Amino acid sequence: MVWIAIRMLTGDATKFYGLLFGIAFSTLLITQQLTIFVNLIERGASGVYNVPSADVWVMDPVSRTTDVNLPMPSTALDRVRSVPGVEWAVPHLRAAASVRTKEGDLEGVSVIGVDDATLIGLPRRMASGSTKVLEQPDAVVIDDVGTTRFFPEGYDPVGERLELNDQRAVIMGVADAIPSFTSQVTLYTRYSRALNFVPGTRNRLSFVLVGAAPGVDAKTLATRITDETGLRARTRDEFARDGIDFIIENTGIPLNFGITVMLGFIVGVAIVGLTFSLFIRDNIKQFGALKAIGVNNAKIRRMVAAQAAMVGSIGYGLGVLGTVAFIWSFSSNPTFKGFYIPWQVPLISLAAVTIILTLTGWIALRNVLRTEPAAVFR
Amino acid sequence: MSDVAPFAPGDPATAIATRGVVRDFTAGQQTIRVLHGIDLDVRAGELTYLVGESGSGKTTLISIMCGILWPTEGEVRLFGTDIYNLSDNELVDFRLRNVGFIFQQYNLIPAIDAAANAAVPLIAQGVDRGEARARATELLAALNIGDQADKLPSQLSGGQQQRVAIARALVHQPRLIVCDEPTAALDARSGRRVMDLLREVALADDRSVIIVTHDNRIFDLADRILVLEDGRITHDGRDMPKDY
Repeated sequence: MVWIAIRMLTGDATKFYGLLFGIAFSTLLITQQLTIFVNLIERGASGVYNVPSADVWVMDPVSRTTDVNLPMPSTALDRVRSVPGVEWAVPHLRAAASVRTKEGDLEGVSVIGVDDATLIGLPRRMASGSTKVLEQPDAVVIDDVGTTRFFPEGYDPVGERLELNDQRAVIMGVADAIPSFTSQVTLYTRYSRALNFVPGTRNRLSFVLVGAAPGVDAKTLATRITDETGLRARTRDEFARDGIDFIIENTGIPLNFGITVMLGFIVGVAIVGLTFSLFIRDNIKQFGALKAIGVNNAKIRRMVAAQAAMVGSIGYGLGVLGTVAFIWSFSSNPTFKGFYIPWQVPLISLAAVTIILTLTGWIALRNVLRTEPAAVFR
Repeated sequence: MSDVAPFAPGDPATAIATRGVVRDFTAGQQTIRVLHGIDLDVRAGELTYLVGESGSGKTTLISIMCGILWPTEGEVRLFGTDIYNLSDNELVDFRLRNVGFIFQQYNLIPAIDAAANAAVPLIAQGVDRGEARARATELLAALNIGDQADKLPSQLSGGQQQRVAIARALVHQPRLIVCDEPTAALDARSGRRVMDLLREVALADDRSVIIVTHDNRIFDLADRILVLEDGRITHDGRDMPKDY
């Protein structure tokens, strides 16, 4: 009977494609929007992800994220270094600055000062050049977002001079970095040089990056640093989560994406529900005849379930493929750099599709089950 | 009205026996009695017509007789089985194995071909699809439309669709065939041909055929005619009453 159910479904091409479209569109909308949402809010933690070597981030107690921070006095570095269990501790500066472009416009950039000696604070990989280039005078490393923002596509910016806060900076390399939430251009330089590029108040040290001694748990070390210095210390994972939470709490992004995802669900219910109901209505005589002939309700349920499962699996597959195609086609765009589909997202959209089909299938099935076999004689 | 004997479950010639069958329908606050205590025996090997005006209760009676509508009161035995004493699933299974239906609108499934449509009862019984199709095709050939087996219902004429419906009603060799206005959509010649066909292929010593019809063009082909008026059988005979 399942075979007959499938043939009934595919035999009505208009409704079959209508159902596929409804499910595929819903899946695409839900999967794509959730994927963008997750990747976008994860950008709130990009500053942390770009420095994988730091086990613990130490900061002023009022600092909240890599971008929302209050500088500390430079003595904080020594206080942190004196805490037992700290293998190493290096200074890390993050500040805003302005670059005058060739066109004469001012562009806001983020300047990151990394440890002079170890260069801890630089992204792990370089897209062009080596980390050693930072030893050269006035050298800065630009992130790959910056290369597309400041220069034409395909242009090699190495050797280009920039006017950074009225001072000369020379791009000597391109970092393969995860873009920030705002996709702002980031320039990496040595800590001592960053102090010159970004003049400011007496306190300039944004963070102290800490490596835990072998055998010391990062969480325990963070607690110990806080207890002994009075500074805020967060493990890498905690601080990444802080960045994500900050975006969730302080922007309308979750609400906006939530509305879109809900719309995807509603559109799915509407299109699939309407089409499924029409399909069942058009075939109600046939279902009634089958019931009269001797097809029991369990078999009818299996038939409708098979129809829903077929539409669901193909539509869902098309929707997920559409999302993959979307991510793939935009992968070269720096804004979407590193975007991936978390495994939970297809599962969520699968659950949504299952709910849509269960709901609409149940409503449609109710009409079939309610149909008296005797109705075929009327 | 027929003078019926008490139940004789052992009598193999009794295909259907109804006793005191009453059926009420409720419309709002009002209860309408559609059948008033029908007592009836239908014998196997006969072509029985159920005739009556619209609203006379013939559709209700035939629905009750073939096990798709519960009577309010009374008892119905099909080949000795008290069908409304069966559980829902047992009754559905009983129908699947013992009753064949020919509907006025045919109710063929548009998306599957003639052979598959004719094979539906066998597929529903769990017979292998290939075997069911082979048996259905054989029957379609016996009905002279074997060459149309691969065609969809929309590609067939009304008469051909009717034959597919007949094949579907017979393919699982049921003991009762129920036909609802089988000639209503056909011209007089086609209608008589269908009735001849039914008599030829459907009727057997151990099988009964009941036909609900208005079509006075085919009244002469019946073995027995039952006339229903206002929920009561008012005539039971070989011919139609002269004043009808």
